[in-house]
Amino acid sequence: MVPFINRGNKPTKTGFGEGLLEAGKRNHSVIAIGADITTSVGINLFAETFPDRFISLGIAEQNCIGVATGLALEGKIPVFSTYGVFATFRAADQIRISVCYNNVHVIIGGAHAGVSVGPDGATHQALEDIAVMRVMPNMSVLSPCDATQTKLATLAAIENYQGPVYIRFGREAMPDFTESSLPFKIGKAQLFREGYDLTIAATGHLVWEALMAAEELQAHGISARVLNVHTIKPLDEEAIVRAARETGAIITAEEHQVAGGLGGAVAEMVTRYCPVPMEFVGMNDRFGESGNAIALMEKYGMTASMIFKCGLRLVDRKIKNG
Amino acid sequence: MTLRQTKDPEKLNQIATEIRKSVIQSLTEAGSGHLGGSLGLADVFTVLYFSVLHHNPLDPKWPDRDRLILSIGHVAPVLYATLAHAGYFPLVELHSLRKLGSRLQGHPGREHGLPGLELSAGSLGQGLSVAVGMAIAGKLDLRMHKIYAILGDGELQEGSVWESAMAAAHHHLNNLIVIVDRNGVQIDGKTEDVMRLEPLEEKWKSFGWQVECCDGNNTGQLLEAFNKVYGIIDKPSVIIAHTRMGKGIKSIEGNFHWHGKVPDPDQAKEFLRELSGIEQTVDEASGNKI
Repeated sequence: MVPFINRGNKPTKTGFGEGLLEAGKRNHSVIAIGADITTSVGINLFAETFPDRFISLGIAEQNCIGVATGLALEGKIPVFSTYGVFATFRAADQIRISVCYNNVHVIIGGAHAGVSVGPDGATHQALEDIAVMRVMPNMSVLSPCDATQTKLATLAAIENYQGPVYIRFGREAMPDFTESSLPFKIGKAQLFREGYDLTIAATGHLVWEALMAAEELQAHGISARVLNVHTIKPLDEEAIVRAARETGAIITAEEHQVAGGLGGAVAEMVTRYCPVPMEFVGMNDRFGESGNAIALMEKYGMTASMIFKCGLRLVDRKIKNG
Repeated sequence: MTLRQTKDPEKLNQIATEIRKSVIQSLTEAGSGHLGGSLGLADVFTVLYFSVLHHNPLDPKWPDRDRLILSIGHVAPVLYATLAHAGYFPLVELHSLRKLGSRLQGHPGREHGLPGLELSAGSLGQGLSVAVGMAIAGKLDLRMHKIYAILGDGELQEGSVWESAMAAAHHHLNNLIVIVDRNGVQIDGKTEDVMRLEPLEEKWKSFGWQVECCDGNNTGQLLEAFNKVYGIIDKPSVIIAHTRMGKGIKSIEGNFHWHGKVPDPDQAKEFLRELSGIEQTVDEASGNKI
């Protein structure tokens, strides 16, 4: 595997904004819907370039989702974005019935994912969005690992996909390490590092942390596989089950509640097809709080060092289990 | 077009009676559902599908058709009966209402493939926002068709309706026409006791809408109201249609207990006899025999 190099920190939301703009240039059916905070969710670029295809609907998320449904039923490709907490929870019923039951191609961008939102505190930190989106029938859920991949994911969701898609991204500048030439396919997890003692299945900002943790584990004689699970639904059954079979232990890592998140999703799949010991890195049934992004990631245990610790523990458990 | 399109109120009344009979029959057979609102809206649906809407039952997805969004999914029986009478699917299919495997779901569901159905809906407060999205799409594409949306009055208690109302006026959606089924009742009783809606006309006006009021069980008045709003150029319109829940069956008219109730087979026979009587009277009055 080619080692990944951080080309510099960049917020994943910029990837979403760039992807939306590019899709808008290529396809005149792409329409962006804004709920007031267009700049902070990255759709201002599109709004400035295509004012006729940007629809301002104010702070009214329920209506935004309904309008997106109407546009999609008419053959448009609506992209709505606001903070993930509001996009998913405020409009959950609209997403369930208008979007998912009608099974329309609506793209919902959930900004400010995770505690790394920082000083704004718990109200604005999306930590349950994956859970609520992934239980909706017909909905796909994307959580790309860096800004470059977020652009690719946004393009894939808009241009090469059908049905409802939720895509989450963050605000804090984080390592941008994947190449734009790295093929991105919705539903296909990426093997970022080969390994045989355990697998770290990570998503979003935690993928970089997983790569760091794998290095550290290597130094301790533990060979860790790293999977970038950028699509939480549909979850890549082949990659997950193979990881369980071949490495016999899995750690999930996400900036989200473990319950209902990537951890829950992987556990459901592994339990069904190939039960192995698991550890879960993520939020544990708590709200976040104000603080510096990195300090919050550390406080709530969503870092390379936490993944490393879980790795040591998991290898112990594996040995005890025989 | 194969439709019996007409501007004659008496002919429309006859069609409305046929639709009411189908509503009663299908709901009786289903054994559950919402009779009161379905009967109350029979005249609105008849006027829309047999006079106002540009549509083609032989080509349900005709791009230039007018769209009808039913936000109050619980009155699906009157939508289904109307679509069947208009020729979208055979009348006999109305017998499958609410049954396993049916295209006629308790609340409309597009995934079951019923022709003529524009939207899966049933959770209140969502239809208008979808209609707004369709109207915006129509404007973006410079198309001439209109979007009609039927809302319940109790539904107006949902805050999301007013988000959409604000947006429709802000975006000058003159291709959007809302019909509010103002029957004054909801499951718990009178709307004004459960949660006051009045002054309703002023509410819509203050949101920037053109408002017309009419007797929603009078086909002539409905035609006139639709005519009045057709040419509005700078804003969306709402027709507040005053209807009677259970209209057509004297013993249940205006009775909110019939919101979510269906007749037993004996009652249904009585109701159908009552409607047939009305039909004969109409026939005799107009001198037409079918």
